[in-house]
Formats: sequence, structure tokens, C-alpha cells
Amino acid sequence: MDLKFTPDQEAFRAQVRAFIEAELPADIRARSRLGKRMQKDDMTRWQKILDRHGWGAVMWPQRFGGSGWDVVQQHIFEEERADIGAPPQNAFSLRMLGPVLMTFANAAQQEYFLPRIIAGEDWWCQGYSEPGSGSDLASLRTSAVRQGDHYLVNGQKTWNTLGQYADWIFCLVRTSSEGRPQQGISFLLIDMKSPGITVRPITMLDGEHEINEIWFDNVRVPLQNLVGEENKGWTYAKFLLTHERTNNAGIGFCKRALKKLKEIAAEQLSNGRPLLDDPRFRDRIAQVELELMALEITNLRVLSAVANESRTLGPEVSVLKIKGSEIQQMLAELQMQALGPDALPYLREGLGMDWVPDPLLARHYPPYAPPLSGQYFNLRKTTIYAGSTEIQKNIISQQILGL
Amino acid sequence: MDFNYSNEQMALQETLQRFIARDYGFEQRRELARSTLGFSAGAWAQYASLGLLSLPFPEEYGGLGGNGVDIMLVMELAGRGLLLEPYLSSVVMGGGLIRAAAAEPLKRSMLPRIGAGELKLALACYEAGGRYDLSHVACTAVYRGGGWRLSGEKTVVLDAPSADYLLVSARSSGEVGDSNGISLFLVAREAPGVSLSAYPTQSGGRAADVGLEDVALDANALIGVVDGGLSPVEWAVDQGIAGLCAEAVGIIAALNEATLTYLKTRKQFGVPIGKFQALQHRMADMLIAAEQARSMAVIAAVAADAEDARERRRAISGAKAYIGQAARLVGQQAVQLHGAMGVVDELIVSHYFKRLTMIDLSLGNTDFHLERFSNAP
Repeated sequence: MDLKFTPDQEAFRAQVRAFIEAELPADIRARSRLGKRMQKDDMTRWQKILDRHGWGAVMWPQRFGGSGWDVVQQHIFEEERADIGAPPQNAFSLRMLGPVLMTFANAAQQEYFLPRIIAGEDWWCQGYSEPGSGSDLASLRTSAVRQGDHYLVNGQKTWNTLGQYADWIFCLVRTSSEGRPQQGISFLLIDMKSPGITVRPITMLDGEHEINEIWFDNVRVPLQNLVGEENKGWTYAKFLLTHERTNNAGIGFCKRALKKLKEIAAEQLSNGRPLLDDPRFRDRIAQVELELMALEITNLRVLSAVANESRTLGPEVSVLKIKGSEIQQMLAELQMQALGPDALPYLREGLGMDWVPDPLLARHYPPYAPPLSGQYFNLRKTTIYAGSTEIQKNIISQQILGL
Repeated sequence: MDFNYSNEQMALQETLQRFIARDYGFEQRRELARSTLGFSAGAWAQYASLGLLSLPFPEEYGGLGGNGVDIMLVMELAGRGLLLEPYLSSVVMGGGLIRAAAAEPLKRSMLPRIGAGELKLALACYEAGGRYDLSHVACTAVYRGGGWRLSGEKTVVLDAPSADYLLVSARSSGEVGDSNGISLFLVAREAPGVSLSAYPTQSGGRAADVGLEDVALDANALIGVVDGGLSPVEWAVDQGIAGLCAEAVGIIAALNEATLTYLKTRKQFGVPIGKFQALQHRMADMLIAAEQARSMAVIAAVAADAEDARERRRAISGAKAYIGQAARLVGQQAVQLHGAMGVVDELIVSHYFKRLTMIDLSLGNTDFHLERFSNAP
């Protein structure tokens, strides 16, 4: 047992860091540092840069065009990426759909879709939740009916993150109403340019457009866009969710956020002294830092056990998801709290790079302030999405504890 | 980065597990806790023959050259078995301090005897009014006529009643609270002027307040350098804390197992109570706490071997503060989920709970270590 990185791993870290420092476009880095709004273009540009270096899919095996890195290398990459401020890659494409295609899709689908994901050509979004099917996902009703060489899809999906940018959507659809609800679900790949698709924005509590509703009105989807077998989609869906939840630990993101929190607390004054010297506030930082220290090791323990035993991830990712999402929320909350009264102004234009605050405001209002309250509000989603904390505890109870 | 135990470590784990299952049942343990000695002399001899008592010492002193992870492994099982023997006091902290700070001849004479189970030590490093502050030392050490004279009182010295020697921190210069001016002494428990007020602890062990009245010591009773005793004591206490973290993790795991079994077997309203979601989610919280606590114990075990004192202290304090809270959650909820069965003496649950609670209060509680962690950014 050893928590030190090997010299090889340290060299790898230096290599990753040097690459990101050199290749990350300055404008993206500046936006990320100040928590400004990220655009699709930022993520796509970065994806293409990574691809040119052969790092377009660091979590995929080499035979599918990935980097074939082990879990520690992936961890190091994530840490460095987040620390420097490179955008996250599209998790829907790379972390969710990718593993499903690699495991369950046919060769033609793999050969067509996987390279396009790595090259940043296709933007994927997720079509899981419906207005009547949230935690009870298997009750979903969007239907796909076979008609000759295609399915006719009708229904509505919701909470589609960044769906406004999507070229494609992977969708859970109902292909049978017989047996248990889980037995009639299929996994379909749908071109967002198909006639009959309507995307409507949903404004979130932070005032931003991140999620959408998507309507399907007699959308024709070729039969060859079915992944795996018809009515076996629930198996693939759960497999995907397990992968989604691993990354929900968000260690790299949290480490960066903790650093930023300490910087803010060192700069903000309380009674003329740095807030960081206030024992009450400092204890709150210490508590979340301890959670994060523990989660980093728990995360690596889980991933290395999975690698050692050559198995796929199981219900233990629910532990990572619960803790990771709570830590993200705590950090965002403390960043906002650190601002004190400066957390109140709602300045949407402050999320853009070229915003200049009014001189009177600028005297006390720091440049990092505009996104912080919104981020706190926005990140309430983390304990809700990808299976709420309560669903994760159900999974732990049933699948780990056997209750 | 490697989370696997070596083959030797797994063999050690298995041996100790077997010993606990065969010779250290709950009923035996309850009797031992009520006995005069408070632990099993036979078990102590067994540990010696298994090599546990010389585990952390270098090979040149008859030891096995074990590291923090080896101690973690032993202490985790000590937790699971609720072992009462003074392993932490005598081997991890006492022996550790001799190894780290004593002069060569003393190491040569003492470490092999500790390893053979012939000699037991206790660390007397706290005083009244100082809570967990190791620099709060009022007990005096005066150099006179080629030897030392010690006077003062040390409080709640764990495992003092069975110890052959006490390792005593005393003030050779400066004021109470000064980091400098503390020296360490090896004092025979039976030496003239040493008095013990002994008592059992809440979790079944033994401890004592120790009075020192003009205790005369040879010059070579001094461990390490004059006035420079604080940092070795801090080191030894940190070793002890890492051990306590592992012990707590062993108990947490055992408590979770016991509670889960109870949820599956105890029926109310016609079903096992584990069918109720309110209880399921509580149990899920306990599982998460156990996993996170285990990660922290690993951090502490690895940090125990760290060269850099600041790095070591920060990690170990962080682990103690985190595990204190995780242990409180698991301990209290295990009792709660056992209902009235959780508050009786005849079930192991209450004994685990009491031990977890006392672990938090030993060698610095959650608040103390949270402050130490948060002051060392």
C-alpha cells in the first residue's frame, strides 16, 4: 500500500501539465479562471486540440481510439485539467455513450460514431428523463414503433443538458408495453436534425439556459440506429448511469474549487481581517477539505479495485456520487458565503468577458464575484441529477447491503 | 499509488483474525475487562510469538521493520476484536518513542525486550488543565548531583497500571506552554516517589493518574536531548493517533456488519425492519461514513511514516477529526438502529460504541484536531 505517485506517474503529470499549459487557448483559460460562461465552441475547440495530440478520449481503450490510460493516469489528467482551467470534455459523448457503444453496439455503429466523438464532430445529449419519469425512469413513455426500415418516435424528453447544441441524442424509448416496465425499453440513437424534433429551452434558477425540453413528433429513426437488442435498453441504460456516476465524484473540479475558495477567503475581509482567519469560516473550509481528502482516496480505492479484479464498476459508484455531489455543493456554498453582501448583486452581463463593472461597484466588488451565487444555485442540481441522492441510497441499500 | 496489501501483510492479517476468532470471543473479553489486570497476559505472549510486539522496530533491534500500514492492519483488527492489551501504549507509542529518540544502548537493551513481551511501557504526556496540549507541562525536571529529580503529576496515563516503565514528559526549562524546555524521561513504575491512582476506563482498558514526588533518576534516564522532548513526543502521539484511526475503522466496519445483520433479522410490523426506507438510508449513510473513514485511516497510516513533521501532523490531525465524526455517526446510529438492544451491556454493540467514543476523546478529540488541521493550511 502506497499513496505516493511513482516517478513514472509524476513524469506523466509533468507531461500532461506542460501540454495543457502550452495548448489551452488563452481566452478559454481566462474564462474558466473567472468562472465566466463557457460556450460550446470552447469545449469543441479543446476537444479537437486533445484529439490532435491523441488524447481525445483518455478514458477509452486504445482499440477504440482512446488513450488507454489506467485509472491513476486518468485521475492525474482530470486533476491537471481542472487545476489549469481547461474545459471538461463532453461527458455525454465520452463518459456515457462511449462505453455503451463500446460494450453493446455493433461494429458498424462503433466505427461510425466513436471516431466522430473523439474528433469533436458530434455533440451528444442524453434523452432519459421525461416529465412523468424522473426517479422512476423505467416508467418512461416516449414510444418507438417499428414501421418498415425505421422506428416512428413520439413523446417528450426533458432536462436535456446542453441539448441546444446537440447533433445527436441517445434516447431511451418504449418499444413494448408487455411485462415489467424495464423489459420494454430500447436504446436509440437519434439525429437531432430529423424532422419532427423540437427543442425548447428551460431557464434554470441561475437565469441561465443549460437544459431543455425535446419533443418528438413522428420522428423517423432508421432501424440501424438501435443499440444492441430491442427491449434490452434498460440494461444499457443502467450500465451508462454507472459510468456517469463515477465521474460525478468530480475530484479535480473540487480540488480546484477548494483552492479558489481559499483564495477568495484570504482576500475577503471580515472586521478588517482576512475571512480565512475567522475560525468559524475556516472550520467550515476544513470540514469540506477533509471530505474531499477522503473522497479522493475512496475514489481511487474503488477504481483500482475494479481494475485489479478486471470487472466493471458496480453500485459502489453511488457512494462516490453522493459524496462528490455534496462536496461540490458545499464548496460552491462557501464560495458564495465568502462574498457576504457582494453575493447579492445579480449581474448576468458579468458572466461575459468584456463586462466592466460600474466604478462605484468596482471599488468593492471583485472580478471573481459575478458567477458565484449563480453557481451555488446551479449546483443544487448535483444531488438531483444522475439519480438523486435518495435513489443512490436505495441502490446502496438494495445492491450493496442487500436490504 | 497502490492500495493492495503485500502477501506478508495478508498473512499477518489472517493469523490475527484467526487468533481473535478462537481466543478472544466477546464473553472472554468481558471477563478480561473485569479482571484485575484488565487484559490477557496470555494474549500478550501470543502477540510476542506472532511478532506483533516487534513489528514496527528495525531489524537490528530484533524487529520486523514494519511501517505505518502494518500498524494500521494490526490496529484495525484490534478494533474489531476490541482487544484490551496495551499494544498502542507499549509498542506503537512507547516503543516508538524509544526507537525514535533514545540513545543507542537503551534501544539495544529495551526494544528486543518490548518485542519479546517482557517489558511494557506507557506514555505520560498529559497534565491537568492542559487537555490535549502536549506543551502544557508543569511537571518539573531538575538536574542535580549528576542525575535528575522529577516532581509533578501526569493525568489519565493509558495503560500505566501494567507498565514496567513510564515515559514522562517534564519541564527542564521555560514556562508551562513553551515548546522548548520539555525533556523526556524513562521512569520505572515502581521507582521510589512514583505513585499511581489507577482506574478502569469507559471502554474496558486501564489508566492511572501518576504522582511524581522528587523521583531520583540517573543521568541516562533522559531520552533524547535536554529541552528537546516535545517533538519526539508529538511524533509518538501521532503514531498513536494513526493507530487509533485504524482501530476506529475496524470497529466501524464491525458495527456496520452487526447492524446490517440486525436489520435483516429483527422483525416488526411483520417484516424485517431493514425493509423500511428510513432505516435503509441511515444504513447507507453508515456505509458511506465507513468508506470515507477507511480512506482517512489510510492517509494517516501513510503519513505516520512521513519525514516532514508538518505534513505528517496535518494529515494525521485531519484523519483524527474526520474519523471522530464518522465514528460518532456510526456509533450512535448503530445503537439507535438496534433499538433497546443497543443500550444493553450483553450485546457487543454497546461495547463498540463506547470504545469508538473513547477513541475520539483520546490523544486529541475532533475539535482539537479540526483546529490543528485548519490552522495548518
